[in-house]
Amino acid sequence: MALPAAEAVSQAVLAGDLLTFPSSSGEKVLCGPGLRRQGHGQLSGHALAVCKSGVVRHKEPSVYWVDSQQKRYVPAKGEYVIGIVTAKSGDIFKVDVGGSEQASLSYLAFEGATKRNRPNVQVGDLVFAQFVVANKDMEPELVCIDSCGRSNGMGVIGPDGLLFKVSLSIARKLLSPNCDVMKNLGELYPFEIVIGMNGRIWVKARTIKHTLLVANVLESFGNMTTEQRKQVFKKLSDNVP
Amino acid sequence: MRETPLSNCERQFILQALAERQRLDGRQTYDYRNIKITFGTEYGSCIVELGKTRVLAQVSCELVTPKPSRPTEGIIFFNLELSPMASPAFEPGRQSELLVKLNRLLERCLRNSKCIDTESLCVVAGAKVWQIRVDLHLLNHDGNIIAAASIAAIVALSHFKRPDVSIQGEEVTVYSPEERDPIPLSIHHMPIAVSFAFFQQGTYLLVDPIEHEERVMDGLLVIAMNKHRELCTIQSSGGIMLLKDQVLRCTKIAGVKVAEITELMQKALENDKKVRKEGGKFGFAESIPNKRITTFKLDETPVDTDGVEEQAEEIVSKAEPSTLPVPKPIVRAPGTGQIGEGIQNEWMINDLEEEEEEDEEDIVPEPGAQSLGIDNEKASTHADAEIIQLSDSEEEEILILEPEGMKKKGRKVNSEEAQQISTSNIVLKNKNKKKQKKKRVQQ
Repeated sequence: MALPAAEAVSQAVLAGDLLTFPSSSGEKVLCGPGLRRQGHGQLSGHALAVCKSGVVRHKEPSVYWVDSQQKRYVPAKGEYVIGIVTAKSGDIFKVDVGGSEQASLSYLAFEGATKRNRPNVQVGDLVFAQFVVANKDMEPELVCIDSCGRSNGMGVIGPDGLLFKVSLSIARKLLSPNCDVMKNLGELYPFEIVIGMNGRIWVKARTIKHTLLVANVLESFGNMTTEQRKQVFKKLSDNVP
Repeated sequence: MRETPLSNCERQFILQALAERQRLDGRQTYDYRNIKITFGTEYGSCIVELGKTRVLAQVSCELVTPKPSRPTEGIIFFNLELSPMASPAFEPGRQSELLVKLNRLLERCLRNSKCIDTESLCVVAGAKVWQIRVDLHLLNHDGNIIAAASIAAIVALSHFKRPDVSIQGEEVTVYSPEERDPIPLSIHHMPIAVSFAFFQQGTYLLVDPIEHEERVMDGLLVIAMNKHRELCTIQSSGGIMLLKDQVLRCTKIAGVKVAEITELMQKALENDKKVRKEGGKFGFAESIPNKRITTFKLDETPVDTDGVEEQAEEIVSKAEPSTLPVPKPIVRAPGTGQIGEGIQNEWMINDLEEEEEEDEEDIVPEPGAQSLGIDNEKASTHADAEIIQLSDSEEEEILILEPEGMKKKGRKVNSEEAQQISTSNIVLKNKNKKKQKKKRVQQ
């Protein structure tokens, strides 16, 4: 089904739909996630094909993308993720990041690691790392070090704490700079949190009860409206022990 | 796909939480999750949701020849399938140990307990009997599959209606649902399985474990009972040692739970019957809530924009002046940028000046035989000026060689000639040199 792009904004579209642009406007259109270029002159002007079902969004002047719900992670370069170490083989660790392939993490890619001074990483540990290689043709590779050689917050995530999984959109929302959920929650209970772009979140609060509370709150907040969130926060703050 | 491994962190946390008597979802030790039962449009199909664990059941029937050992009994066939959509650990086509265990448990629970009256399924003894087939599909795995599966199976069987059959002599007529109303199966009792997970070497138990709890448990005990408190099946796996009174306690808990669940099932069945009788809408499509993806959509609200400009001007005039902006970077060469100007280097300026002087002094007196012409010129200029003492030691007397021939001629000579001349000069005029030198020193 072909829709003019201007009308399609804030509408739900299905994979396979086409968003057309008037040929008169010679503007460049930026394709965001969920859209692909299509049209070799069959339709007037250029067209974008939708490849993920969702709601079309538009940002001035020329960026279009599709907001879709997704739980399955696809590795992308430069993203920070939480991985679980599954195997140690030779010089590398095999890390599960939730994608189709396990990523490899060299033992030299830690701050202060040398051939003699190996990092203290066991099978089953959680690591917070960044992708340096992530495309569909190669095995993804992770590092726990930035370009200057500093760890910058990456590395093995300490003992205790709870790991749980949310959808990718919730993780992105929590990572946005002005997330009021995090601020409000932080005012109620102090906690430590690591958010991976693969939907995995690690939380640690003062007691086990607080940790469970924070985890449950974050899991459920993704799909609540602001009104419902405010109500829940009021209830929580009344019961703060 | 490979199963997501359980990290040490999670395992530790769950065990610690259990030590403090906390469960991940906040339930108490004997609490069951919410059970939801929905029926499809066809008789005998239902979906049971136990928390996030989901099982779909479908019952169908067929006329077949009976087993030779039991010519007057119908056949009931159970089949549970672990769909790959339930968990990344399940792969299609591979018979895993878990699948075999669950199937066997289901068979024992439902077939061996004789909950369905198989004699009533006989049509023609020895020739035609009904074969009832129950297909169960696991749609989502979040622990306690056996409980969800057993509830789904028994509810589907209770919901199912088989076609009516009439026998006239040797003739058997099977009526379609339009001709005659189908008749329900005759069910004696409803066995339901309850599972208990054990931790801390069998001292602590949980009812209805979720998937994470199942991964870290020591052992599992499954008890199938009906509401009349009759035990249908007991199975203990994981190799933990259980005491007699522990097992008895579990059966008591199971009895209570089964009574509650049976009540829920009866209510659901009655609701569905009522809806169908009244002609209302029924089926899966009606029972699944309307979950739309446009949850982030906000309606546009009208905004009052009168007097906005005046307000804005007020705010701007009252606001503090903004801080000085950072000067724009200067690009000196492609690839470099400079913002502002740096401060003068104040390190060791005096040291630098002294070093420069020393360098000059070192360069000037070079008593080397090569390119004497240049040296000569330098030396001559140097000699005209006052002799500067280069070293503090008074032991050495520094000899500056000046071939006088070169001086008079005043032109550059190539090095060989210069060498010869100089050596001859040195040999002949050594004495003179010394005298000359002494003169100079005295000056």
